[in-house]
Amino acid sequence: MTELKITGAQALIKSLVEENVNTIFGYPGGAIMPIYDALYDYTDSINHVLVRHEQGAIHAAQGYARVSDKTGVVFATSGPGATNLITGLADALIDSTPLVCITGQVASHLLGTDAFQETDIIGISAPITKWNYQITKAHEIPSVIAKAFFIASSGRPGPVLIDITKDAQFESMQFYYEKCTKIRSYYPNPELNKDSVEEAAKLINQAKKPFLLIGQGIMLSNAENELKEFVEKSGIPVASTLLGLGAFPNNHPLYVGYLGMHGDYAPNIKTNECDVLIAIGMRFDDRVTGDVSRYAKQAKVIHIEIDASELHKIIKADVPIHADAKEALKLLTASINKNQHDLWLEEFKSAKKTEVDTLKQSAEILHSEELKMNEVIELLSEITHGEAIVVTDVGQHQMMAARYYQFNKSKSNITSGGLGTMGFALPAAIGAKFGAPKNTVIAIIGDGGFQMTVQELGTILQSKIDVKIVILNNRFLGMVRQWQQLFFEKRYSFTEMISPDFVALAKAYSIEAAKIENRANLKDALLKMLNYEGSYLLEVMVAKEENVFPMVPTGASVSEIRLK
Amino acid sequence: MEKIYTVSVFTENSIGMLNRITIIFTRRHLNIDSITASESEVKDVFRYTIVLRTSKEQVDKVIGQIEKLVDVLKAFVHEESEIVHQEIALYKIKTDNLTNGSVEKVIRENYARILTVDPMFMVIEKTGHVEETQLLFEKLKPFGILEFARSGRVAVTKPMKELSTYLKEIEKSN
Repeated sequence: MTELKITGAQALIKSLVEENVNTIFGYPGGAIMPIYDALYDYTDSINHVLVRHEQGAIHAAQGYARVSDKTGVVFATSGPGATNLITGLADALIDSTPLVCITGQVASHLLGTDAFQETDIIGISAPITKWNYQITKAHEIPSVIAKAFFIASSGRPGPVLIDITKDAQFESMQFYYEKCTKIRSYYPNPELNKDSVEEAAKLINQAKKPFLLIGQGIMLSNAENELKEFVEKSGIPVASTLLGLGAFPNNHPLYVGYLGMHGDYAPNIKTNECDVLIAIGMRFDDRVTGDVSRYAKQAKVIHIEIDASELHKIIKADVPIHADAKEALKLLTASINKNQHDLWLEEFKSAKKTEVDTLKQSAEILHSEELKMNEVIELLSEITHGEAIVVTDVGQHQMMAARYYQFNKSKSNITSGGLGTMGFALPAAIGAKFGAPKNTVIAIIGDGGFQMTVQELGTILQSKIDVKIVILNNRFLGMVRQWQQLFFEKRYSFTEMISPDFVALAKAYSIEAAKIENRANLKDALLKMLNYEGSYLLEVMVAKEENVFPMVPTGASVSEIRLK
Repeated sequence: MEKIYTVSVFTENSIGMLNRITIIFTRRHLNIDSITASESEVKDVFRYTIVLRTSKEQVDKVIGQIEKLVDVLKAFVHEESEIVHQEIALYKIKTDNLTNGSVEKVIRENYARILTVDPMFMVIEKTGHVEETQLLFEKLKPFGILEFARSGRVAVTKPMKELSTYLKEIEKSN
């Protein structure tokens, strides 16, 4: 490769091109101006999406990365631009999303002087990034960017932040780019221990009631096919965590449901009845386990996980397998016997029936006139054949979408799981559309969360993309209200919400919109939205005081799951 | 059960490592008793020695999180019996006291030594475990201690495996 003398800012853009970056979500400002100036020469090859707030940029980059298998890229300026990324960084770290965030910084001679828009973003972001680094010399840019992309996307993925001082952006340098494939102190590809796999296979072959839990790790290692082969050979029932939804087709006969606090009845109670519990690419979050001292105590636990620090962190594994899910599954499938567990599977089906019957009864008793969230989602799932990309925010509607949308496609469920970030859905849906432009992208959002990042309607307006937005409006911060009802004697402390006219708001941004209040109009309204060319906002007025059930209350065991 | 653990962390020589390591303890509400850092026997590899009192389970999780840091090569945890450790303490007292025969006795009996004598003050040095440096502190207290400083723990392990062996293993497996 020929070497040429260019500025640090140009070197940054050229480095991004070397990493095949074609989409950037960002917002300019003083300390990142040289980089934006360099970007101006690349408008043909790089699509920069101008957001309305840096939090919108990073959530969009998350949505983009989650649907596309690529690393999301964000630009923000120093000071407030950088601090506005904090929520997204924490979200991406806990949900293992690969991001490279570039922040401008004041000139190096001003570091530590409380200069205008100076903030210690390296110090602030240290606990919420997989890696971060401050560049003060232009010559460091190519090698650091190469390292950033390698770290963000390898092993257990995560966000990386690179802070570049303004003088380093102006400084001239010789450009030479080499991709990073190895770092001495970083071990993203653990060697698979074949003995552990044999041990796991032995447990699986002897098991009478084996149960498989899957997480997002399946999708992060692109192991969907290997998973399917394993499941079909072993005949083991599969349940998914929130972030794992879609990794295994929800319409498959061996799929038994969604795990955790608002998950399905069968997988929760069967966790405490199985004899071998196999967990792959999941981290036993407290929303999945409930009380850990009463979690799967009867079972032998096999845990396949790429992040060594997750092994034994919450649940002690009898057979820990520190490995990439895809590699481990291939070997495991080869080592197990073909099997069927029909009687065991029947138990899941009958538990499922108990759940469906109970929920149906409660629904009939409670305000049957009013539209309910699950009806909207079930219909949406039916119309889209479970094949749309569904981006949800946080709260009751999120749990309802996880419960009632039938996710049949991998990487089609985008939601903030670990951090539970309200305001995630709208910008993440924008990013998801850029990451998967041929797919229908539907954001399902509550009336509360929508207003946390509502400014991103401006991004939709300017970038002219097609995102469908369904607001499930119950005029409450519904999940908090539900907890107030169940655990705080219905003292509805600051959860009732008065919202603006969402239809008028959307129209102010030239986004087509409608509002419905009746069941009779639901199907037509959804069809109209889905068939509309361009973005569309549909506000659905739903029951004010609907609760999400089943529920494992905090501190309870998964077997104490409540159906009403 | 809580015990004293000594954590040894080997890292690349990069800015901010101390912060990255200590915030892992902060997040778990763990207090660090002492911490020392300097270059190890391998050039550009830094060694952090951290002493804390906690449970085995907690310290193992902390080690996992520390090893997860990109710039950390390896972290180890040791119980008291598995290491040889030492601390150094400096005591500044008035030079006048030197003419008092009992100071000499205290220094001699505690295997301490005089580092420097100035017309105004002198500095006594003592290396040992914290109990030993503390004992000398108590003994010198009646003479008036002008200043006292004690280092954190430095420790080497009893097992014979060398850091360079680990580094080679790491480089091979990568």
